[in-house]
Amino acid sequence: MTAIAAIRQRDLFAVVMLFGIYSLLTAGLFMNLDAVDVAFTEAAVGAGTTTVLMLSTLRLTGRYQRRSSHSPLLPLLVVTVTGAALVYGTLDAPLLGDPGAPAHQHVAPRYIESGLKEVGTPNLVTAVLASYRGYDTLGETLVIFTAGLAVLLLLGVTPCVSQRPQAEPLDDQAVLKLVVKVLIPLVLLYGLYVQFHGDYGAGGGFQAGVIFATGFVLYGLVFGDGNVQRVLPPHGLRRLAACGVLLYGGVGLVSLFRGGAFLDYDQLATDPIAGQHLGIFLVELGVGLNVFAVVMLIFFAFSSRRGEP
Amino acid sequence: MNAPGPLAVLVVIMPLLAAPLCVLIGRIAVARWLALLVGWASAAMALTLLAVVEANGPLSYALGDWAPPWGIEYRLDRLGSYVLLIVTLITALVFSFAPRSVDREIPEGRQIPFYSALLLAAAGLNGIVVTGDAFNLFVFLEISSLASYALISQGYDRRALYASFRYLMMGTIGATFILIGIGFLYMMTGTLNMQDLAQRLPAVFDTRTVRAGFAFLTVGIGLKLAIFPLHLWLPNAYAFAPAVVSALLAATSTKVAVYVMLRFTYDVFGQEFAFVRMPLGSILMLLGAVGIVSASLVAVFQDNVKRMLAYSSVAQLGYMALAMGLANRTGVTAALLHLFNHALMKGALFLALGALSYRVGTLRIGSLAGLGRRMPWSSAALVIGGLSLVGVPPTAGFISKWYLILGALESGWWPLALLILAGSLLALVYVWRLVEAAYFARPLPGPTEVSEAPLTLLLPVWALVLANLYFGLNTSLTVGIAQRAAAQLTGAGP
Repeated sequence: MTAIAAIRQRDLFAVVMLFGIYSLLTAGLFMNLDAVDVAFTEAAVGAGTTTVLMLSTLRLTGRYQRRSSHSPLLPLLVVTVTGAALVYGTLDAPLLGDPGAPAHQHVAPRYIESGLKEVGTPNLVTAVLASYRGYDTLGETLVIFTAGLAVLLLLGVTPCVSQRPQAEPLDDQAVLKLVVKVLIPLVLLYGLYVQFHGDYGAGGGFQAGVIFATGFVLYGLVFGDGNVQRVLPPHGLRRLAACGVLLYGGVGLVSLFRGGAFLDYDQLATDPIAGQHLGIFLVELGVGLNVFAVVMLIFFAFSSRRGEP
Repeated sequence: MNAPGPLAVLVVIMPLLAAPLCVLIGRIAVARWLALLVGWASAAMALTLLAVVEANGPLSYALGDWAPPWGIEYRLDRLGSYVLLIVTLITALVFSFAPRSVDREIPEGRQIPFYSALLLAAAGLNGIVVTGDAFNLFVFLEISSLASYALISQGYDRRALYASFRYLMMGTIGATFILIGIGFLYMMTGTLNMQDLAQRLPAVFDTRTVRAGFAFLTVGIGLKLAIFPLHLWLPNAYAFAPAVVSALLAATSTKVAVYVMLRFTYDVFGQEFAFVRMPLGSILMLLGAVGIVSASLVAVFQDNVKRMLAYSSVAQLGYMALAMGLANRTGVTAALLHLFNHALMKGALFLALGALSYRVGTLRIGSLAGLGRRMPWSSAALVIGGLSLVGVPPTAGFISKWYLILGALESGWWPLALLILAGSLLALVYVWRLVEAAYFARPLPGPTEVSEAPLTLLLPVWALVLANLYFGLNTSLTVGIAQRAAAQLTGAGP
């Protein structure tokens, strides 16, 4: 329903809000399906960061959509065919939660049975993402890095002309400021918790980076980004993102040069489990740094263009 | 673990990690040299890998030392190492061409991210070719696509932005389709490893889920491949991108999409499913045939030279689709040959255009007037590349067209052979327009004292031009490898 409402709306501000709700609902749905980590990501990225970014875009483009001159027929046809194909495809698919489904029978049992023994992290999702399929995660980290690069290439980040604190954009909102001031330390602390506790509970570097960035974005929204940019200069963020990726890749290279395979964490310490722990810790840290820096960069890229026509 | 295994990883990891390194160091000179170094090192590794695979058979490497299908496997067979060599070689040549050309077209403040994105695009393509894991393929596809969108948007014409946005939309739809397809396959088999998929799929061939998954995958790859009528993003993207990017994408990225199509249809699903149970063969042949004729016709009437060559690319991809659709060994050989030769000719042509535009600026047919005398080397490169495109005998283009016609006749589709000839005649028409403008038209009046492009630009161009001639005369290398790879794919050989 939210999605349909979002399509019908021409007021883009409302669309953004509806998207936020949509993401939160999706997160709830994932939660229902016991995919806690996915729900977490959806909530942090979809409902949190994306909304802020879309709002910053709206400040640049204006609030209302122009009437499109395209005929909606062809897209409608494509969407209908795609939807029909999706439904057609699921007709023969195993039922949801069916323990006999191939997805639960082939590869997954080993992850569940020996994940704890081989990798040593109670959170199996972390074990699969960071170790068994750690190379995919390296790829995803680079996708995010590429996104940051793309924004740099397209918009560029011009540092605030005056580096001193700007006039605050929301001078009269005393209550809002107070609430934000109280919230920020909590958000940052929670970000750190998610970063370093990902082995045991839900979460990991990706979510932590987003949450941590949200704290700074919140501050930037209320108190102006001049202050934030003094703490986190854009050229420093660019390097931080690169460092995050290189940390991840570096772990892989170290294990390669120690005679193991690429990203074989067993090589990092004498005891394989300790090696896995160290490897996952470093890798998650790399992901966290990279995601944090890229989200901040994208935010600055949009917010620093506000002054221009 | 076998000794050359790490090479297969390094060929991807080196450009992948060189990209953030460029950003970290933050000096243009370093980025330039790093790209050059990594480009040639990758090409050297690809050459070694090809030799190893030819001698010892397929190479498998378990990432993180988790045995497949639990972990991700890198797997190189004849087909993979052959395509990898093409991609890395073209990348290395394009990177050699890049410094002068990028200096001219990209503002200084953006050069470092630009090089970084170039490296990422190349790394993504290498990753797609080397991997033996369906989901990993998707991840690397995303890296290379995202980097390509950013690169295309850097053209000096404002229309580059819209072209890039359009490519972004269609490319994302394509990627999503591929992801849905992979998801359906995982749902039915519980595995993501391609070899494992190939083993477990036949048991569930008769389900709608697998059929829908196949359809999603094919359409998604078709979008990336720019197969007619899913090619709409391509002409503008190639026309307005910076010279280096046009050359890189035209010569490598669609070729990798062809590779993915071959891999999924022949290896993962198997010929029997793709061509007997599903009508992929006739669909590919039909779309390929329509694509050849329509895109060639459109190309004839283009005024912007880069757009003309872009439409010609759509037509050439049509030849490859046609060859894949023939579904016999000669057809696959022809597709692989054309993949190699088209990379050579389009690489040469787009780089030659880059050299010309280095001096002239925007390339309309009219602005070529008189360049035959003023920039003899660049113009001659354009002509030889064009002849190869047409398929005139001493060039590489002739060889692939020859095998294509053989494949068509072998399966009894003689009208297709006529169609291929007609397409070549149309190519002759648009190539002739270039020749006429460059050599016979009266130079534009005005103070246009244009001199030849610098040597650093001409060397990579001519390396590719000579390759076009060499592989047209000495076919043992390319035809041999292509035939062996095709035999492996169609299941007739080791």
